[in-house]
Amino acid sequence: MPSKIAPIAVTAWTATSAVGSGRAAMLEAATRSRSGLRPNDFTHQPLPTWIGRVAGLEEAPLPSSLAAWDCRNHRLAWQGLQADGFLDAVARARERFGAARVAVVLGTSTSSIGATEEAYRRLDAEGRFPVEMRLPRVHTPHSLSAFTQEALALEGPCLTISTACSSSAKAFATAERMLRLGLVDAAVVGGADTLCGSVLFGFNALQLVSPEACRPFDVARAGINLGEAAGFALLERGPGALMLTGYGEASDAYHMSAPEPNGLGAERALDDALARAGIDASAVDHISLHGTASAKNDEVEAALVARRFGARTHASSTKGLTGHTLGAAGIVGAAFSLLALETGWMPGNAGSTRLDPACGPQIRLDAARADVRCVVSHSFGFGGTNCVLVFERGAS
Amino acid sequence: MTTVMKACIESAAFWAPSLPGWPVARSAFRGEGRSIDPPARRPSPELLPAAERRRAPDTVALALAVADDAVSGSHQPAQELLSVFASCHGDLAITDAICTTLVEHPLLVSPTRFHNSVHNAASGYWGIATGCRAASSAVSAYEQSFAAGLFEALTLCVCEGRPVLLVGCDVAACGAIASTTVSQGLLAVAMVLSPERSAHTLATLDAGLLHGSSSPIPLRSEAALALAKNAMADALPLYEALARETTAPLALPLSPTLSLRIRLAGFD
Repeated sequence: MPSKIAPIAVTAWTATSAVGSGRAAMLEAATRSRSGLRPNDFTHQPLPTWIGRVAGLEEAPLPSSLAAWDCRNHRLAWQGLQADGFLDAVARARERFGAARVAVVLGTSTSSIGATEEAYRRLDAEGRFPVEMRLPRVHTPHSLSAFTQEALALEGPCLTISTACSSSAKAFATAERMLRLGLVDAAVVGGADTLCGSVLFGFNALQLVSPEACRPFDVARAGINLGEAAGFALLERGPGALMLTGYGEASDAYHMSAPEPNGLGAERALDDALARAGIDASAVDHISLHGTASAKNDEVEAALVARRFGARTHASSTKGLTGHTLGAAGIVGAAFSLLALETGWMPGNAGSTRLDPACGPQIRLDAARADVRCVVSHSFGFGGTNCVLVFERGAS
Repeated sequence: MTTVMKACIESAAFWAPSLPGWPVARSAFRGEGRSIDPPARRPSPELLPAAERRRAPDTVALALAVADDAVSGSHQPAQELLSVFASCHGDLAITDAICTTLVEHPLLVSPTRFHNSVHNAASGYWGIATGCRAASSAVSAYEQSFAAGLFEALTLCVCEGRPVLLVGCDVAACGAIASTTVSQGLLAVAMVLSPERSAHTLATLDAGLLHGSSSPIPLRSEAALALAKNAMADALPLYEALARETTAPLALPLSPTLSLRIRLAGFD
């Protein structure tokens, strides 16, 4: 078991998704179960499913100084960075610590592959990318982190974590290690993933997309809705009013696209996260579940929650609000966790009406408010990757 | 330079068609041997069950082959190793195939190709092949992906006090994306880092961040120069230094203004 770690302060955070930009939009969605999902109007060829699309990105080009990076994922990241005063918070950290002492560690699954797909639709007569799209630094997984580092004028270590749907959760773990070793004084973590043909038609090929609005943990759930999101957090050595106190990372060692049936990898990540936080599962007030609404994920995750947590823990998935935002799912889960610590509001399972009998008393349909001091966030992904984060409220 | 991180290099693995295996590569980097001709064929990922082996993309086959070599050489049990898989671009052949299919026939995207398209495919198959449930990551940092992966592996090794497998792999750009993305040939590298010196330790390593303008480290051997256009080529200077038992410090660029400063020592 890992040893307890010193707390890391979350000094700023924000998220932008289909429910809107920033914390106020998230709070309204969480308290009223107001979903941002809509019928698919994104793909060039029809695909009968619902999606969590961020409105207006098509009309929101990057500022001219960043125009060489233009693509949907960076537009979303840029919109995300501007919410909740995040840019100002990073500017203050940059002034306080120096640009070289602030890391950028972002998670993304597909980065700007949407731009690569577009280039393939517009090949020239010789089968090459059109000249204006020959941008090597855009058509590669590290694009998002490199763009964000430049947009924030930072010069510390810059790393992309790309472990499918756990990517932006694992970014917190990587940043904690850099902070613990004194290699940096602050880190911008989080991630972004945008809707693209690869994931919509890829998940469709795996028969995992739902033709209707998704219903996490519902007995009649029919699969996932893909979504897009960007979210960011600024981490510094703690303590603080909001803190990352633990994380666990583990592998299923089972299958590329199906979870290990007994949840062994997820449970190992949970055990490690609780050990690093130095807490017992009974201390957990709320769990922001991975809850994709796929048959298998929800079955395995419900069983894990039922066997490990007490009945008082309020557990829910926000995929019915935002869709499954893939590489950004970790930071979206983290953002809803931080929102619960700040406001006491714990979301319900938006979209669901009748819970699967596999669910224990922890998994709730409706949002609720309480004195929330400790939240766990689950992120699991293809390749059998699992990451669990623990956030706690400190003395403000 | 900031905080110094220390680790021991327990093993090294290397594969390119012209240098298939660390003994061949080491000898060529030392100027004692040479690249092989004709080039070797891609290794088969023997660790995987037959069905998976046939469908494994190049990145997975190569990454697993060098990972297996590095772990065997380290005498560490694979089951409890932490791991970091670094790749600049991931599997460019899959990117090309999926993007091509999406243009005309999006409903025909292959489900296997799609789940193999994740950047952590090799990490996932490594777990499946070895039964290892320890933390595993997949990272990218453009043309500094090896240095960034090494940085991540070192922070893990030092923070957790446990051995870490580091794997780096990139393949050739093919199809339309090759008009934009430069990566040639196949190159895969691996090593096991450990917090403790053992009877198998090849060298000790001190590392820290070095701020200020960085520049690529010139390659010393023809054999390494021949691989310089692969997107994992930023691994070559460290493997040359390991082969040549170089104790002078190396500054591996992490960005134009930041390097990972490495000093090797303790060669037997």
